Amino acid sequence: MPAACWTAKREETALKRPSVLVIGYGNPGRLDDGLGPACAERIEALALPGVTVDADYQLTVEDAAAVAQHDYVVFADASLDARAPFVFAPVQPLAEITFTSHSLPPGAVLAFAHSMFDARVQAFALGIRGYRFNAFGERLSPGARRNLAAAVRFLAETIRFNRFAEYADPRQKPSTKEPRVVMGLTAADLN
Amino acid sequence: MTTANERKIVIEPVTRVEGHGKVTILLDERNRVRQARLHIVEFRGFERFVQGRPYWEAPVLVQRLCGICPVSHHLAAAKAMDLIAGVDRLTPTAEKIRRLMHYGQTLQSHALHFFHLCSPDLLFGFDADPLVRNIVGVARKYPQLAVQGVMLRKYGQEIIKATAGKKIHGTGAIPGGVNKNLSTAERDVFLKDLDQILDWARGALKLARDYTTAHLQELAGFGSFDSNHLSLVRADGALDLYHGNLRAIDAAGGKIFDQVDYQHYADYIAEEVKPWSYMKFPFIKSLGPEQGWYRVGPLARINACDFIDTPEAEAARREFLALSQGKPSNVTMGYHWARMIELLHAVEKIRDLLHDPDLQGRDLLLKGQRRPEAVGLIEAPRGTLFHHYRVNERDQITMCNLIVSTTNNNTPMNRAVEKVARDRLSGVNITEGLLNEIEVAIRAYDPCLSCATHALGQMPLLVELRDHAGRLLDRKARGNGIETT
Repeated sequence: MPAACWTAKREETALKRPSVLVIGYGNPGRLDDGLGPACAERIEALALPGVTVDADYQLTVEDAAAVAQHDYVVFADASLDARAPFVFAPVQPLAEITFTSHSLPPGAVLAFAHSMFDARVQAFALGIRGYRFNAFGERLSPGARRNLAAAVRFLAETIRFNRFAEYADPRQKPSTKEPRVVMGLTAADLN
Repeated sequence: MTTANERKIVIEPVTRVEGHGKVTILLDERNRVRQARLHIVEFRGFERFVQGRPYWEAPVLVQRLCGICPVSHHLAAAKAMDLIAGVDRLTPTAEKIRRLMHYGQTLQSHALHFFHLCSPDLLFGFDADPLVRNIVGVARKYPQLAVQGVMLRKYGQEIIKATAGKKIHGTGAIPGGVNKNLSTAERDVFLKDLDQILDWARGALKLARDYTTAHLQELAGFGSFDSNHLSLVRADGALDLYHGNLRAIDAAGGKIFDQVDYQHYADYIAEEVKPWSYMKFPFIKSLGPEQGWYRVGPLARINACDFIDTPEAEAARREFLALSQGKPSNVTMGYHWARMIELLHAVEKIRDLLHDPDLQGRDLLLKGQRRPEAVGLIEAPRGTLFHHYRVNERDQITMCNLIVSTTNNNTPMNRAVEKVARDRLSGVNITEGLLNEIEVAIRAYDPCLSCATHALGQMPLLVELRDHAGRLLDRKARGNGIETT
């Protein structure tokens, strides 16, 4: 195969590669609440092409500006009640919101990105099951570590093979509720 | 003590307050408000978490205390650890880098509060439907204003990133100095947008001022009361958010104490424990707990200082105090205007610092003779923040005492809730209007207790109404888009 063709094919592939933003959020000083940032750290270490990674204590309004600049966004967080090891579900922009805090839920960030920045991004919540939250300590519980490893493997594969469409919600109309990630698919459901 | 003839109304937790809050309104036998209490579940235990850790880790560790204002804790701990490391005065570059970080933090924090928490109340009215009275409502009706809020906050966050490092692992301030300067390339990025940021800051101040002056009668009594005020001031009496000495004034402006070295704060400030609250109640020792409680934060700072050393903020301060004939303002809703004066001051300070070549200096760190104990104090966006540490000969932290801004404002927030409840409660039902107004009064203080975890699955807003025997009369749930029952 001539070198020129090879180059052209690579460029074509690059053009098709979607931009992905992974935001891991939570407090690493509160045991399993650090699952989100830990996930972000591990995804960043993989240096996947087209992937931007951010980590913070919580989601805030300015995240909407970054979200709007990507094709896909994954909000990675610890979950109190998800089915282990994790859940992965589409996020719809909230049609109704009572903004009650310095931080925002994923659906509100998405609504904000849509209304202010004309975003066309597809968003997903990755809720990683945690078990210990109500103490100070910079360590994950053994169960949380296992769940984190499974979630990172899943997310890396989803990004590498651009499988987001498989998990997208076909319903396009805005939800009035923050989606319950417990209703999403688990890794077991996918296999 | 609650008697059999008293009814209890419980609101739990308070919305737009970090962590979990609960308001209890006690009625007497004639259904008049006897007492209102704000309970905030403050997570105690952080002090134990840092015990045994090396002192140089403290500026990073303490950021775990609060996801809303990690930079304030970072800097307060670093200031204490400077002294532990034997460094009384930083190099000019180190101090200016830290100040730049702090003004960036003040800018982003005040912008978030004003544009995204407070502006819905001002633009739609206190009694507007919460489904409209929120930031998405602002974004729909006033899109330019919402974008300005985001971009002001982003500018502040970028300054923090350039001076402190990653959001979740900020390491910029270290005992005795800083670990990096600001390159000319980084500086030039910030200079490029500075004029726009300054314009937006002026616009925010104008919005707060115009709203307040247009609603003076309505706001003057809303959740208001006379109080003492506590703040850092510079040696010449100027407002200084990063460093200075403590000044306390009474409601009329008389000085209770002045230019107190905060290493000796414990000689002037004590904390009262009350059985019904997890959070302590600080007070000025010489006045006692009944008379010695005080306010901190933007209102207290603008009241306590003699002047502001940036021209536009100083002009705004004079205009603000003219409404109270040059005396301190004790109007709770004045916090919003005062906060925007500080926001403009922060941008003016950022401008001045960006033009200072010391930011590109290479003399970043000093060392000295180790000390066993020190206090770090800073004017965080929400108010005075105390960090007190003792360190043993093996460099391990053995004692840590923190008085955070929200704790300093504990009694004033309780007073504000009680004032609103007395003025607005009618009958024995929690109306949406009353709930809204309690929120508005508490929100003026911008309380923050994000020490609580926030993972998916957290509780939404719960409103419970119980009779004098504890029987549930009514229950409502409201939260971040979570269904209402």
